[in-house]
Amino acid sequence: MNWASAADFFAMGGYGVYVWGSFGVTAACFALEIIVLRARQRAALRASESGSREP
Amino acid sequence: MAINWFKYSSPASFYPLAGRLTPWFFAAAALFVIAGLYISFFVAPTDAQQGEAYRIIFIHVPAAWMSMFIYVVMAMWAGIGLAFNTRLSSMVASALAPTGALMTFIALWTGSLWGKPMWGTWWVWDARLTSELILLFLYFGFMSLQAAIDDPRRADKAGAVIALVGVVNVPIIYFSVKWWNTLHQGASVSLTRSPTMAKTMLLGMLVMALAFWMYSIAVTLMRVRAIMLEREHNSDWVKALEERHP
Repeated sequence: MNWASAADFFAMGGYGVYVWGSFGVTAACFALEIIVLRARQRAALRASESGSREP
Repeated sequence: MAINWFKYSSPASFYPLAGRLTPWFFAAAALFVIAGLYISFFVAPTDAQQGEAYRIIFIHVPAAWMSMFIYVVMAMWAGIGLAFNTRLSSMVASALAPTGALMTFIALWTGSLWGKPMWGTWWVWDARLTSELILLFLYFGFMSLQAAIDDPRRADKAGAVIALVGVVNVPIIYFSVKWWNTLHQGASVSLTRSPTMAKTMLLGMLVMALAFWMYSIAVTLMRVRAIMLEREHNSDWVKALEERHP
């Protein structure tokens, strides 16, 4: 085990800002990409329905 | 059992297949992320020189690998679409681009956050960093060119040309640390020499790379489904979709 306590874990040996800044932004990017894609899929389904009503 | 792969080269049959496969790739990504993060933070030891800051490697290297790999795969599908006029191939290429750009951004972002404490600077204009930045601009160029052309098939062809020309940048990125004097360290993993890092560090990196790989496939399948609907909304197969009539 590398860490004596939770505070020790979050401090990352003084590099907390850099390590959590890397992992945090990566996680946020992936979450955002999935949210954007879900919205795009819903919008595409909706648009295809309204489009098919046209003659 | 023989699988007729050509069956899946039409959007009508690929759309439901992609929908069925997506959750499995997300599940695989989640499992690899959990295992990878556990190894990254609890199994891999503290680095003798860099302390805990080196742990950025567990996302930096997988993201950088994916940024190059996705570009090559994107160019390949774009090239197939150009050569054989297969529209699904071109749609897959378009679906890969944003995820490739995201991986490139993550590689640059985490590299910057790693460079600051280790090199004392967020950014240097050296060969590795500059060629990776060019990769980001190639993705942006591909996406904006396609967005600027109204006719999707013409957009596919123009995008394929920029994607194929840009492939030369990938070996430049990869070998930049050998060809030029650079602040960036050499290749983390080599097939020709034994690993220089602790086995658990290497394992963490490979498991995280698998996680990024599964994630990339899952989101690309999601995006290609949306692109198929957007482009073919007037076709019979889209009109026949059951999910449109909940």
